[in-house]
Amino acid sequence: MQQPNKLTPFFENLNFERENNTMVINFGPQHPSAHGQLRLVLELDGELVTKAYPDIGYLHRGIEKMAENMMYNEFLPTTDRLDYIASTSNNYAYAHAVEKLLGIEAPRRAQVIRTMLLEINRIISHLFFLATHALDVGAMSVFLYAFREREFAMDLMEDYCGARLTHSAVRIGGVPLDLPAGWIEKLAAYIEKLPEAVKMYEDLLTENRIWKMRLENVGVISGEEALNWGCTGVMLRGSGIKYDIRKEEPYELYSELDFNIPVSDRCDSYGRYRLYMEEMKESVKILKQLIPMYPETEPQLMAHAPQYISAPKEEIMTQNYALMQHFVLVAQGMRPPKGEVYAPTESPKGELGFYIKSEGEPYAYRLKCRAPSFFHTGLLQEILVGTYIADVVTIIGTTNIVFGEVDR
Amino acid sequence: MRKYTPKDNVQAKAYYTDRFWVAPRVPREEVEEGTHFAEVVAALGSLAKEAHIEIGQLVIHINAGENFQVIKMLKEQCGYAQCSEQSAVDYLAKEGEFELFYQLLNVHEAKRVRVVCRIKKDEAIESIVPLFKSANFAEREMFDMFGIRVNNHPFLKRIIMPDDWEGHPLLKTYPLQGDEFASWYEVDKIFGKEYRDIIGPENRDPARIDRYDTKRFSRIGYEVPFGADISGGETEQPIEYSETFMVNYNKSSKQLDERK
Repeated sequence: MQQPNKLTPFFENLNFERENNTMVINFGPQHPSAHGQLRLVLELDGELVTKAYPDIGYLHRGIEKMAENMMYNEFLPTTDRLDYIASTSNNYAYAHAVEKLLGIEAPRRAQVIRTMLLEINRIISHLFFLATHALDVGAMSVFLYAFREREFAMDLMEDYCGARLTHSAVRIGGVPLDLPAGWIEKLAAYIEKLPEAVKMYEDLLTENRIWKMRLENVGVISGEEALNWGCTGVMLRGSGIKYDIRKEEPYELYSELDFNIPVSDRCDSYGRYRLYMEEMKESVKILKQLIPMYPETEPQLMAHAPQYISAPKEEIMTQNYALMQHFVLVAQGMRPPKGEVYAPTESPKGELGFYIKSEGEPYAYRLKCRAPSFFHTGLLQEILVGTYIADVVTIIGTTNIVFGEVDR
Repeated sequence: MRKYTPKDNVQAKAYYTDRFWVAPRVPREEVEEGTHFAEVVAALGSLAKEAHIEIGQLVIHINAGENFQVIKMLKEQCGYAQCSEQSAVDYLAKEGEFELFYQLLNVHEAKRVRVVCRIKKDEAIESIVPLFKSANFAEREMFDMFGIRVNNHPFLKRIIMPDDWEGHPLLKTYPLQGDEFASWYEVDKIFGKEYRDIIGPENRDPARIDRYDTKRFSRIGYEVPFGADISGGETEQPIEYSETFMVNYNKSSKQLDERK
């Protein structure tokens, strides 16, 4: 028995050599393929996984606790740190929940910009998935190519909001900035190029013998089990259940846009890989429809709700009452009505929802972030059993978990 | 007189309060006849103590003892095949109760139901893991964050905080900065409790920065010679901690970086 109070590695109740010839290993928390701080305790019989126990919490920052101690607008930049691959989708999910609580709606131009940003973030996230998943499985060059396209998408984000990773590009009630001059043209050029790049990845991978051998019939989960385990997003659609929150419970402009929901009934990693590729093409389709929508909108960017949202800057600088309200909203914070809301959105990883319980105070009484990756991590304890250790990396990759939102 | 600070809720409070201001309520709608939600409420019958629609979702209040039965009916009879989320809200300070909610989704109707129940402080709740495996992690997180025990859970263990952690972080009594145990956690675990005095409160936090330290930190914009004393005669003010009945940290602590 090791002494837990000395500077020696200490693992709770773990015997690494068992009598029945099984072995217990720690996969992580510093494993490069664990996509963050996942400590996966695996019991192995030879190379076969007989038991898997995902141990999380290494990136816990108490974001839900912080939400109870921060004013609504103050908390928004913290949401960047949930799913840090696609920050805007977190900002949006939070802003969306608060807007539902307040009963306000963003003006049309803000909606167009938000939907554009959400889809760019989806592309960024899916390219990141493809790059890291391919790297985990062993395809090095796809990683380099996919990161090149991702850089261009991040340049677009940088041009819009100045940040590449932690965007905070959405505000409660709208967006902070209008699109800069020439941004639409850059976006048009990018989405013109992206399908070619996606085609190149597909040429490299889709019919690749090694890729198929590594992905086909790996990480199989039936539709019923996927629902039972709380899988959402591509994990659910990869198991033959056509449920996309953008279509079924539309928010922003998704009800006006024409796009398809790709579904696969293969139930394995290969099917999910195909879905990610198809979703990128659908995102391009959505962005193409959004570009002509933008010039038709009025220039207003933030909702008009003086009780909750500060007036535009020109009004604050010229009108006394707007300035007073702005002071109150910054110093005291907005006070939403009493009540509770759960607002789901389709983030690139799955269903990202915020449950907010408000007691009419400037601080949320309780905020629960329903993160898709948290439930996908829970699924690992079942789908890893019976697979070989080489497939563990593939299965972690295919669930596309991000530890910022698992541990919160 | 010193300002009274309540101990049962140490979270941030509004600085400005208007005693004549009454917070409005999010409108609650009645469940209309002939809708999907009306069928759900009818199927539950007397199990639903109260049902209303709040921001597009059906909210059903039930007795905590009947949670398994209600969720089983929702799953098997009403087609709610996914439990998206399960957690609790701490109302111990006001009402001495926890409010638990189960967020359920029907993928065919694209409808969501929230099942809400309340339990007293030391009561336990029945696990719904036999119905929804997604509740496995969610209930463990609830146990970890609030200390709510879940009966018949297959593996009720802390999930996010370390196994040997004391206290439940999302309780309203738990301060944002952490409590005494939290601040000494690494020292206690690595060196042992007896090393608290040797290490001292000023060194337990490796991220602490002495603003007069000219050896390890450069002063950008107003560079000074290495090791120069820039305190300007200001005496060091040690961090003060509230006394506990076991140890007086203020008395026993040694100032390790003494300035001349």
